[in-house]
This record gives sequence, structure tokens and C-alpha cells, in this order.
Amino acid sequence: MLAWTIYISFLGAAAMLLLPRSSAASARILALITAIAGFAIALIVFVHHHTGEMHTLIRVPWIPSLGIEYHLADDGISLTLVLLTGIIAITGILFSWNIEERTKEFFAFYLLLIGAVYGVFLSYDLFLLFVFYEIVIIPKYFLIAIWGSTRREYGAMKLALYSFVGSAMVLIGLIAAYVAAGANTTSLSQLAQFPFSPHFQMWAFPLVFVGFAILAGMWPLHTWAPTGHVAAPTAASMLLAGVVMKLGAYGCLRVAMVLFPLGLGPWGFHVLGLGSWRDVFALLAVIGIIYGALVALVQKDFKFVIGYSSVSHMGFVLLGLMTLNQIGISGAVLQMFSHGILAGLLFAVVGRMVYARTHTRDLAALNAMNLYKIIPFAAVTFVIAGMASMGLPGFSGFVAELMVLIGVWRAYPLLALCVGFGLIVGVVYVWRAMQKAFFAGAGTVLVPPNPPLPPITIPERLGATILIATSVLVGLYPQLLLNIVVPALNSPLFEGLRKGSWQ
Amino acid sequence: MTAFPWITFLTFLPLAGALVLLIFGGLGKSFARYSALAFSFAALVLTLILWLHFDAASGSLQFQQRISWIPALGVEYRVGIDGLGLLMLLLTSIVVPIGIIASWQIQERVSLYFSLVLILQTCLFGTFTALNFFHWFIFWELSLIPAFFLIRLWGGPRRASAATQFLVYTMVGSVAMLLSFLAIFLATHKFDFIDLSAMAHNGQLMPAVIDKLDWRRFTADHLALIVFSGAFLGFAVKVPLFPFHTWLPSAYSEAPTGTTILLTGAMSKMGVYGFLRILLPIFGAQMQEVLTPLLWLAVATVVFSAYAALAQKDLKRIFAYSSINHLGYCLLGIFAVLKFTGGNTSLIAQKYAAMNGVFLQMFNHGLTAATLFWFVAMLETRSGGLRGLDDFGGLRKVAPVFTGLMGIALFSSLGLPGLNGFIGEFLIFKGSFPLVTWATSLAVIGLLITAIFILGILQRVFSGPLNQRWAGLPDLTMGERLALAPAIGLMFVLGLYPQLVLGVVNNTVIRMVQQIKF
Repeated sequence: MLAWTIYISFLGAAAMLLLPRSSAASARILALITAIAGFAIALIVFVHHHTGEMHTLIRVPWIPSLGIEYHLADDGISLTLVLLTGIIAITGILFSWNIEERTKEFFAFYLLLIGAVYGVFLSYDLFLLFVFYEIVIIPKYFLIAIWGSTRREYGAMKLALYSFVGSAMVLIGLIAAYVAAGANTTSLSQLAQFPFSPHFQMWAFPLVFVGFAILAGMWPLHTWAPTGHVAAPTAASMLLAGVVMKLGAYGCLRVAMVLFPLGLGPWGFHVLGLGSWRDVFALLAVIGIIYGALVALVQKDFKFVIGYSSVSHMGFVLLGLMTLNQIGISGAVLQMFSHGILAGLLFAVVGRMVYARTHTRDLAALNAMNLYKIIPFAAVTFVIAGMASMGLPGFSGFVAELMVLIGVWRAYPLLALCVGFGLIVGVVYVWRAMQKAFFAGAGTVLVPPNPPLPPITIPERLGATILIATSVLVGLYPQLLLNIVVPALNSPLFEGLRKGSWQ
Repeated sequence: MTAFPWITFLTFLPLAGALVLLIFGGLGKSFARYSALAFSFAALVLTLILWLHFDAASGSLQFQQRISWIPALGVEYRVGIDGLGLLMLLLTSIVVPIGIIASWQIQERVSLYFSLVLILQTCLFGTFTALNFFHWFIFWELSLIPAFFLIRLWGGPRRASAATQFLVYTMVGSVAMLLSFLAIFLATHKFDFIDLSAMAHNGQLMPAVIDKLDWRRFTADHLALIVFSGAFLGFAVKVPLFPFHTWLPSAYSEAPTGTTILLTGAMSKMGVYGFLRILLPIFGAQMQEVLTPLLWLAVATVVFSAYAALAQKDLKRIFAYSSINHLGYCLLGIFAVLKFTGGNTSLIAQKYAAMNGVFLQMFNHGLTAATLFWFVAMLETRSGGLRGLDDFGGLRKVAPVFTGLMGIALFSSLGLPGLNGFIGEFLIFKGSFPLVTWATSLAVIGLLITAIFILGILQRVFSGPLNQRWAGLPDLTMGERLALAPAIGLMFVLGLYPQLVLGVVNNTVIRMVQQIKF
């Protein structure tokens, strides 16, 4: 049944093209119905069946001569991310209600993107996963290049190039694995059981991991993220930060770490105190956390602050994965969900509520408008989103970062202290951006926006409420997701990882 | 009395009030003011009911409630109060209505202001009753948000930097504390304060942490100290302890005075409470190891803040520094109790005295400081915002009742026998002197300087020749006198009959002191 999330989204995209050209309203409503249907399916599955264990949805031969199958399946981790995609898809449409230019095409690309993302999360055949992964790039490019803002061609091209480079690395690694196994299969579970030689894993692991991690915004390959996010229209930023970055992290966990667990093991020698790929990536993740936060601290453009905050937050995901213990990795999955929701919310406030009204993202110009008096709803939403994003307890970000940190304490105590520093910088940049954007200082000369800003619309209120409520729900009752994530991590698929370097 | 979740109900009552205010904010300013006051009085009544039903003879945790919450993280919803918790609940319930009355003049966005005050009250109640780190930390951190906005939106001219400084300082402390508790969780899989205290009491806690962290670069002792110092930093910033205090004077003086009352009366107690409930039982052994430096810090807090108060011209800044000074005595008492442990029971009576003094001092300081800032608020309303030491002079001629009542509060702050301020400080000094003679002797300097600047205020504001500018300054109205009466009355009652508080907390004190055995 969960497979229908993919089909419905693709069908919705196709149906969009059949609509009459002039009717923007019908395109919006069709898109919204499609997104809600996809989410409803995910929710029903979540409520009814879920124990978190792997569960095949459909498995038929596709290209038998190469051993490629059309194999969709889900477990707790996939389902968590599918739920996230559903929520972001719905709210993204609510925040795109103001798109008037080529509405139909916009939503067609949008639904195509959503469908492909569902596909990646549900694929259990590596070839199939890769196909969906590539499909994602195309609508992503057009959404930015056509409907984007500042330097959109540059942002779109950079994003596409980075994605292709990453995909190429993944492809090489996967083909090598296919050949090395020689079993004529691309099934994830079968390849995961194949004992690749440690030497092979030692170079295949970093190749595939980095290929995926590019999309997860790993420092220093993160530079596509801020420019891409800033150039994208609001809904596309929400999807990019909320969901597409998770594809990368998901790939790291589901493909790179599962296929090549021995690649995480020690090299047998030390370079600069680093003794394994695991140490290297953990260090890069921590640098990402701190670097992203520090750069966000000095931005003049409101959207860049949020763009760099994504780099910082995704660092927690990668760091959580590198802890290689159950609490750290489940924290990473929780952080994927949490960051998806919160980044979506932050981009919605910045892109839709503020930029679409004021047509500026310059913090100094915004400061002079004293926006919290003009659009208090946006100010309150940003304060709440900011609180959640800086990891204030009671919101989803706190539990996720808490679990990652516990894992890090176990694996790398010294890095835990560095992350603590990153958390503090996180507080400062969120608070700085909030004060600059919404609350004029005591001596500022006020420049009221001209013409007066339109009020916050109902779809915007609805979207913000959904995202905040989700974050609070998961923050206060994380068990909801942990109940399915933890069994998934204990499933046979991760056995190699648990055996290899699991602590 | 046991079946109903009284504490949870009490905790969320102000939050419900805040929601009412936000939803019906359109009904006007007076509606917001009166309903905020009504909710805070309801909380006061509820606290008094708890006080009456509290079994003082046992001194153990009462009105407990335990619900499983996030088993994977060892998180339970667990609340309960002993004498300490009860005392703090009562103090909060008294201080919040004072803060609300003192904020009556707020004209801008009234319903938002009062709903933030009520949210803050919920966070305070939550902090004082939570027994599991997880939801305790939620309340601890969330309390910053209403406090931040109360300062940021309604504060004085330099409110932006004051509010930010306040937030960032406290956050740094909180992050350090969080890291420490995560290290402990990693080793014990527990977030429960009571369980952790029991482990520490049996000497199992730190060995487990050290074993689990396995951080070879440091020796076991150092590692234990690192974990301790994280938690310590969180509370030291909050109290604040010298040299982590620099956020406080600007936050207190820039905040609207009604908010300052909440900050000093109730919120500053969160730090001392943390020392008593969390640091002392869980990290007692580490505190003992670094006892001498800690005592130095306490003495420095007491003496330097008194000196700083002497140098200030702004009444709010004077009282801000004086607040640091008064809480420094609490820390002196707490640290003194750690001296001579391990079988040596000869000075146990002194320890009880010092600890009783700490409890009393927390309550008294809350009451007195809140009242003093209240007077400042009334003075500001009359003077159009002026509150400098040299802006006035001879006010006793035009406002004798004002002078008399504020004089009582000032003398209470100074520690005059017969008023509430005396007995707490007396017990702390009496108990600490035989335990840590040198530190206590040095701290006496703080008492002397306090006397000087308090008398200075009396002299420069109230006596001397009348500053003609204030010839028409109105005295306290009947309404103000009536509002002040309970607070002033309570100062006398506690000064003459401290047993009212001591009777309730004494058994908690005894349990707490006896727990300190390593």
C-alpha cells in the first residue's frame, strides 16, 4: 500500500499537465489533494501495521539478465522519512499558494520530485534506488532555474553539478560492488550479506559515502546547499532542506554503511590522530556543525542564515551515523526528521512570510521595518522555529541532538565538547537573526514598508501550525518514532554494521 | 490528597491562564491585568493548600506522581516536593502576584506581557517540582524565553544587549550542564535525580561514569571533575556566582521593574535550588574536592558584589548587586556544609543551622528583594522613570508612609534583627563559622558594606533637604498600602517567628545533611 505514495505523486504530476492552462486554483487544489493522499497512506501504514521491521511491498523481476528487480520495501527508518516527506509536501504546497506564474508546471515538477523522493526511501534494489535518486535532480533543477530568485541559474547549475558528481561516485562504488560480488544481483539485502574483502570495502566505502554525503551537505562539499537554498523558491527550499538533504544522509546509512561496514574499521595507522574513515567523517561532521553555525552568525542575508544552519544541523546527522551505536544512529534518524520539519518551517517564514512580502532579505533593511509589529504571526513563528532549531527542550530538535550527543560521548568524548560549542553558536546566530529580522533596536530609524504588507494568509497559518505541532509532538513524545526506528536498526539488514564496528 | 495530580495541576494552571489571556486578549487591558492577577492568586491559594497538607514530620518527597514517558531514554514524568520544593513553590506564588501588581502601569501589549509572566510562572513551578532531568531541563530552559521577551520588548533603552547577554550566558551554562548529564546518562542510563543521588551516595556514580567514558587522556579524578564542572557552570551562572555574574546587573536594571521582581524574587532561586537538589546530592564528593576554591568564589561573590553596589548610582543596579550578595550567603552556607564529612558528626548541629539558614535566606531574599523592587517601581511611576540615587532627596517630608514602609524593607535587606532578613543570615553565619572560619570571617565584610549602602540609600533618597522638584510627590495611596501590607507583615512575622518556615523545612534539612556522606 505504501508503494502508492510514489504512484499517486507521479499520477498527480501527470494529471497536472492535463489541466487547462489558465486555472491556477485547480492546479493548487489538485497538488494539495495529491500530497494529502500520499501522506494519508503513510499515516495509515504508520498507525496500523508498524513494528518497524522490514516489510516487502512489491518484488518483481525487472531486468532479469542483470539481476535487477523492482523491489520496494519499508522499515521504520524509511517510514519515518516517508512521513516527513508527506508533511513537507503538504506544507510546501500551502506555502506556494501565491505562485501565479506557470502554476501548473510548478506543481507538476513539485509532485514529480516528491514521487521520486518517496521512491528513494522505499527502494530495496540498488539500481532502482539509483534511478529514483537521479530523477530527483531534474525537477530540482527546473524548480530553481524557473521559479527561483537571486542568482537562480547559478544556484540551480551548481546544485545539479554537485548532485551529478555525487551520483557518479555512488554509481562507481555500486558497480564495483556488483562486479566484486559476482552474484548477478542488485538487491540491497543480498549484497549486504556478501563478504566483500576488507581491502575493497576500505576504498568503496568512502567513495559511496562521500557521494551521498555531498547531498547531505557534508563539509567541505556543502557549498551547493546555501546557494541552492537561497536561489530556490520557498517550496523548493523547503523540499531541498527538508527532504532532499535527507536523501543523502539516508543513502549514507542505508547503502554505504550497510554494504561496506568494514570500511569503517581502523586503517591500522594514524594520520593526524585519525585512524579510520569513521574518524575522518566524524571530524568533518563536527567541523560542519561549527563552521555552518559560525558562518550563519555573520550573514547579512536572512535566507543565507537558514541555509548555513542547515549545514550545521545536517552535521548532527552525519555525526550521529559515525557514532556507530544504537542511540547515536537512532538520534541521527530522529534528527533527519526533526531538521526536515524545522528547516521547512524556517524557510517558510523567511521565503514566504517575509521575502515574498518585503522583497528584501537584507537583515539591516528588515530591521528598520520592525516587522514584529506588522506581521506578528511571522515573528512568533520564527521565534518558535528558532527555539526549536537551536535545540531548546520540548521540541523535536532537542531529543534528536540529545541522543546524538549521548552517542558521541560514548564514541568521541572530545568531539562532544566541540559540539557543545557548536550548540552555543547555534543559540547566538538564531537569536541574532531573529532580533535583526523582526525587532528593531532602540535607536533604529524606522522605515515602514511601502506599500503596506499584505496580512498572513490562511494557508500560511495552517502550514506553520502543522509544522510546529509536529515538532512539539515529536519533542514531547519521541517514542512515537523511536518505536519504529530502533527495531529497524536491530533488523538483519544492519547486522554487518552491528558486527563490524558497532559499540 | 494523594490521588489527584496536584503538582501537575498547579504547574499548568498559570499556563492555562496565559492561554486565556492570549485568546481573549482583545477584551482590553484591565481584563488582562485582572485575569492574570486572578490566576496568580489561584496558584497562591493552591500552594497554601499544599502547604497545609504537607507532612512536615517526614521531610520526604510528597505528592509524587510517576508516569513512564520515554523508556528508551530512561525518561519518566516524575514530580514531587519536599520541604525545599514546597518553600520554593510558596515563594514563587507570592512573588508572581507582586510582579503582576508592580506591572500594572504597563500599557503596551498588555495581554502578551501578562501571559509571558504566567508562562514564566509555569516554568518556575516545573523547575521546582521536576525530579527527572528531562522535563526539569525543559522547564529550566523554557523559562529563559518568557524572561528574554519580557526584557527585550518592555525593557529600558539598552534592553537588546541586556536581554541577549542574559540569554547567551545562561545558555552557555545550560549546554555545559547538558553535556555533563548526558555523560552521566551514558554510564547509568538514568535521568532521575533521586536515583542518581542514591548512586552517588553509595559511591557508584562516578566510577560508572569514568568506566563508561573511558577517556584515557585524563585520570579518573580529573574526569569526574570535568563532568562536575559542566553541571556546576550551569548553576553558577544562574545564581550567579562570581565571576559568572556579569549578565545580571544589566538584565535586572534594563528589565521592566515588574519583571525584575520575578527575576530576582523567583528565578534567581532556580540556581540555588539546583545547588541543593542536584549538585549537592549528586556531585557532593567533587564539590568537596574543590571546596577551598568554591569557598573563595562564594566569599568573592559576597564581598565584591557588596562593593559594586556601593559604587552604583541607579537604585535598580544597587539592588541587583545586593541580590548577588544575598545569594552569595546561601552558597557560603551550602559549601560550609561540605566540610568535615565522613564519620565526623561533632559539628552536625552547625550544619543543620547553616542549611536551615540557607533555606530561610532563599525565601527571605525572594520576599525582600521583590518588595524593594516593587518600591522602586512605585517610585518610578511617580518620578516619570527616574530612579537615580541623586535624583531625589528628603522624600520623607512629602511621602512619610512611603519612606517608612520602604525603610522597613531596606532594613530587612540589611538584616536587622526582628525582620525576616536577619534570621537567615544569622543562621548561616552561626553554622558556617565553626565549619569554615576564615571564609565566614571574610564574608562579614559583605555584611558591613551592605549596611553602608543601605543606609546611604535612606540618607540620600529619603532624608536631607527636600529636593524641590519632588515637592508634589504623592504618598502611597490607600490601595498601594493595602497591597503592600501582606508583604511587609510577612517580613515581621518571619522575623519574629521563623519557626513558621523552619518547622516545615527542618526535617528536609536534616535528611539532606545526613545524605552528605562519602
